[in-house]
Amino acid sequence: MVSGLYNLALVTAQEGEHFELHAGDGGFWADTAGIMLVLPVLAFLLILVVGKRMKHKGGEIAVAALAINLVWASVLFYLNATGGVLDQTTFEIGRIGSGLVFELGWVVDGLSILMFWLVNFVGLLVFIYALGYMKGDKRVDWFFAAFSLFAGAMLILVGAPNLIQLIIGWEGVGLASYFLIGFYWEDLANVKAGNKAFMVNKLADVGLVLGAILVGVALGSWDFGDINLAAFEGNAELAAVAGVGGLLLFIGAMGKSAQFPFHIWLPDAMAGPTPVSALMHAATMVTAGIYLMARLFPLYEYMASDLRTTMIVIGTITLLGVGLLAIVADDIKKVLAYSTVSQLGYMMTAMAAGGYTAGLFHLFTHAAFKALLFLCAGSVIHAVHSNNMSEMGGLRKYTPVTFWTWIVGALALSGIGLSGFWSKDEILGTLSHEGYEAVMWISVAGAFVTAFYMARATFLTFFGTYKGHGEPHESPRIMTVPLIILAVPSALVGIVNIPGLSLGRLRNYTEWLSVRLVPMGDHHPEAIDWGLAMIGLAAALLGVLVGYAIYFKDAETQLERDSFEIPLLFPLLRKKYYIDDLALGIVALFTGPIARFVNWTNTYVIDIIPNAIGGSVKALGGFVYGVLDQKGVDGVFNGLSAATDGAGSVVRKWQTGRVQQYAAAVVAGALILVALFVFVI
Amino acid sequence: MLLNQFLVLAAALFAMGVYGLLVRRNMVLILLSVELMLNAVNINLIAFESYLVTPEAVGQIFAIFVITVAAAEVGIGLAIVLMIFRNRKSANVDDLSLMRW
Amino acid sequence: MEWFDSWGLAIIVFLPVVGGLLLGFISNDNEDALKRTGLVVAVLTFVASLVLIGQFDYSSSTYNSYQFEINEPWIAAINANFHVGVDGISLPLLVLSTFIVVLAVIYSWNHWDEPKNPKGFLILMMILATGMNGTFVALDLVLFFIFFEIVLLPMYFMIGIWGDKTPRKVAGFTKEFETRLYASIKFFLFTLFGSAFMLLGFLALYFESGKFGERTFDIPQLTELGAGGAFSGTFAFLVFGAMFLGFAVKVPMFPFHTWLPDAHTAAPTVGSVLLAAILLKLGSYGFIRISLPILPDEARNWASFIAILAVIGIIYGSLACLAQSDMKRLIAFSSVGHMGFVMLGIATMTDIGINAAIIGMVAHGLITGLLFFLAGSMQHRYHTREMDRLGGNIKLMPVMGGILAFTAMASLGLPGLAGFWGEFMSLVSAYNPLPGLSLGVFRTSMVIGAIGTVLTAGYMLWMLQKVNLGEPSDEWEGHDLPDVDRFEMAAWVPMIVLIVVIGFFPNFIFNTTTDTVTSMVETVFNSDTTAARTMIGG
Repeated sequence: MVSGLYNLALVTAQEGEHFELHAGDGGFWADTAGIMLVLPVLAFLLILVVGKRMKHKGGEIAVAALAINLVWASVLFYLNATGGVLDQTTFEIGRIGSGLVFELGWVVDGLSILMFWLVNFVGLLVFIYALGYMKGDKRVDWFFAAFSLFAGAMLILVGAPNLIQLIIGWEGVGLASYFLIGFYWEDLANVKAGNKAFMVNKLADVGLVLGAILVGVALGSWDFGDINLAAFEGNAELAAVAGVGGLLLFIGAMGKSAQFPFHIWLPDAMAGPTPVSALMHAATMVTAGIYLMARLFPLYEYMASDLRTTMIVIGTITLLGVGLLAIVADDIKKVLAYSTVSQLGYMMTAMAAGGYTAGLFHLFTHAAFKALLFLCAGSVIHAVHSNNMSEMGGLRKYTPVTFWTWIVGALALSGIGLSGFWSKDEILGTLSHEGYEAVMWISVAGAFVTAFYMARATFLTFFGTYKGHGEPHESPRIMTVPLIILAVPSALVGIVNIPGLSLGRLRNYTEWLSVRLVPMGDHHPEAIDWGLAMIGLAAALLGVLVGYAIYFKDAETQLERDSFEIPLLFPLLRKKYYIDDLALGIVALFTGPIARFVNWTNTYVIDIIPNAIGGSVKALGGFVYGVLDQKGVDGVFNGLSAATDGAGSVVRKWQTGRVQQYAAAVVAGALILVALFVFVI
Repeated sequence: MLLNQFLVLAAALFAMGVYGLLVRRNMVLILLSVELMLNAVNINLIAFESYLVTPEAVGQIFAIFVITVAAAEVGIGLAIVLMIFRNRKSANVDDLSLMRW
Repeated sequence: MEWFDSWGLAIIVFLPVVGGLLLGFISNDNEDALKRTGLVVAVLTFVASLVLIGQFDYSSSTYNSYQFEINEPWIAAINANFHVGVDGISLPLLVLSTFIVVLAVIYSWNHWDEPKNPKGFLILMMILATGMNGTFVALDLVLFFIFFEIVLLPMYFMIGIWGDKTPRKVAGFTKEFETRLYASIKFFLFTLFGSAFMLLGFLALYFESGKFGERTFDIPQLTELGAGGAFSGTFAFLVFGAMFLGFAVKVPMFPFHTWLPDAHTAAPTVGSVLLAAILLKLGSYGFIRISLPILPDEARNWASFIAILAVIGIIYGSLACLAQSDMKRLIAFSSVGHMGFVMLGIATMTDIGINAAIIGMVAHGLITGLLFFLAGSMQHRYHTREMDRLGGNIKLMPVMGGILAFTAMASLGLPGLAGFWGEFMSLVSAYNPLPGLSLGVFRTSMVIGAIGTVLTAGYMLWMLQKVNLGEPSDEWEGHDLPDVDRFEMAAWVPMIVLIVVIGFFPNFIFNTTTDTVTSMVETVFNSDTTAARTMIGG
């Protein structure tokens, strides 16, 4: 077991006056931070064993695990905010010779502490909410078990000190999401959604695994610290593979963070219970890709900077292209899902443009308001028993708490005043500062689109008159309290990173995140750029206004709601740009014709050579069997044995069982002998 | 010395035997034909013996040997035929082609 | 434990067959006594192999130095000796073998396939155990060959007698055969075909070794000769080719794999398990123990070829899985893919690759063995393997379904479970194969192999969807479908535990193998493992 402070002297000696880092080692709390990685997994096992017998079907265990975790995460958060914490603990699990070492452990630094806190905080609230949401549902114990595994795998991922453990957590998250998306597995559609999520991720994981191999073998280490340090120092071996390796790792990140064109799994992932979506979209799973980019930020910043353009293009397509899809969705959860993809596009774009803090700041605020919005959506669905906005309307009167918390979330997401405003502004600022003016304007357009579809969703859901069945009702307190708690950070969390504003002893977000082994080298504005901020705000307000004009106009008459149509664009959006169809087509090609072809070859062709050999022997007895069955090839042994068998069945025909035929043969033979004697000799 | 006449007689008998063996369908008659062939051989043996006169009387001894074997053969053969007839109400060889593949 | 050093391996190898003899004296009617005797024998063998683990000297496990050696004259005329011993490479496989046999006996307790005859089945299992254990410890080519062949007979009878009786059409024949007959004969002939060539190769080595002193079948001596470059040119090519046929059929590598799906599908459950868990490893073990060390230079020439076949096997096996409707056949084809990763690791001829192969073999033994157990138990209950008729299994049998899901996840190489390390490290090793081997071939193999993992995930999820999830078909309504019973539990839980333990702590295997493999690569391929590759850690 190796524990202790990073060798900071080394770093400071390298960079001298350019980089000075003041951090403690976190003491007891950092040394035992691994408990956060273990507890949810233990909870998973415990719930499987005893969950059925408990009052809340094991929900207590899950909540308790995350509550304990949150204590650790909060203490570390405080320590990091006030002074910085940098520590790493690893132990060896595998070793080949003197060269190859596999280690598990946990890293505690500004980035991982932020994620620890986020996962545990959002997770805890969602878990509590789920206690109410899932009450009376089937298999609640399995739900909480898989939910704990979900959180646990994410914590293993964000706590990973090296790429190997990251891969373990990475696929663990994928596994748990597969379980949860396909939670209602009686309906095969849900199972298929789970399969789709798993497979799309698995495909992208090829990039992650190959990238890890490239980087790891070239550098001789999978440790993030080593990789980042090498990138910072310009290590030649790493530089040789940084481009390809970085791209491969980025492909892995694209899968988890649902970047175009890997975004297709995320909307389908709505098949799971709503708390799953809330957790998946806020803190776990989809943030993993962004986290990987952040964790390896120095690699992209100092070495693989050629990849910036590619990454920004992908991010931009995602933020605008996929965001547009939200405009035509009827399922309230799908609106939020597309909006998540779009916001992930913002984060990726920011990260690619060199905005380490900007991207992560948006991740931070987004986690709060997106969890809130999903929980609100869950509360709405709980009230009307439908996901479709066409069966909602007017819920403002029936579910006031949900309505007001939703408004907070929607404003935050749209970037109007609340937390989302600050983080989106920082992204715009970064893009502008790094010289990506065009991308910045696309982002502004994205802000308009965001505000527009949120306005649409809000008006369709909460305004007008109710069009569904039964009487909607407000959710129980166990569900609304988490909403209210989440509304607070959704509204206010933006203040932690307002440029030029310091929170005194707590410093600010930028400084929290800069507690890393290697300097991130990103740009931090000194003061608010009001011009840029107003552009973003204006775009958002315009979006709301247009949304109001289109979807609020006949709120009371209900005649033409959601009949707004833009020719060509909307039909294309409804088909999701045909990407899903394309992907399904490719999959169908593999599972259908190609697999069948391989199977056919195996049965009939693979032994074509053996068959040719067997066939020549077979010709001897071949006339018995007539023409060989065209398909008849399963190997030389079939051929050989069939040939022997065939020859036998020719010869045996001579054995008629008629004595006199035998006698005739004898006589004929005797006569031939006689003839020989007489005429030849 | 009469030799050719005996050989012609034996050949004629043998040919009749072969004919009967190949053509007759009744098993008893087939057995009889076999007897005919055997006896044709016996005539040959005796004829040659009396022509050559060996000190050990090889011809007679062989003839007696053949008669013995023929008796045994007919005994067993008829017994088989009888059993087959009892079981299948037929002594026709065409009905007895079971001994094949 | 002085005596154990000189007797331990003999006990492990021959105790089962002695037990089998003992079983012969117990009346067929006394099923309990038969089962208990079988279990005691299997457990004693397993305990003996555990003692082996305890007594094994890990610090001095350099290559070509064996521990617990027994070397007695046997057939003096041809200088064949009864030479056995273990090193870090064979130890894990030997223990896996004794371990799986115990579980197989436990599982058999109340799962007899028709026609029951526990006595016959147990005796065959014991003979099989002797053959398998013997192959893993044999250090003499004649001895190796004999044990390699002994394995064949019991498996032939297991498939032929206790196998699947449904008739099936066979290409080339007009009549139908019982599946078990077709499969058992095919299995027998394929393996015999390969091992005939293998024997030729062994004999050639024997005669060739006469040029450097006394003719010998001794593997350590031949290894020393081989490392000194004694065998080369056309001779080496032919010998390697002959042995390649023998081992490749057993692995099985594409395109010699066609016996495998048939044999697995037809075999009784325990037969399938032993086949998948141990028998397939005899082939890949043969590569590591005999082909590579004795003919190292020739192996370099073959490496790319083997790697290409391995990768074809990965993709091919996975694609074939997607077209199956029979659950057991699907699992059988998955073996082709998984053994492809093992062979890819071996083909790289690096310490990482060969370690990957060994941990891959152990993991595959556990995971696929467990999958076959599950498939067998489900067949016992549903009386069908058709995936179209199954479905909703997890609803009918929650524990069974849960274990199936777990095992499927392990099989698709989920990190944190045993299957991951073999696949991952085999890909790592393919990135940097032994210096001198074609980088292009191996790196392409790495990429294709990585894509193969996606296909693996695809068919495993597809199988889960078909078998485990969805609503159960109406035809099972009113059927008595008991969930996992205690014998099944007793047989499976140890496997599950090991899959997790190896998954999170691969040193469990590496501790034993790594020194031996590293020194093997260094001495045999003259490759300085530390210089060829810088420190990989983290």
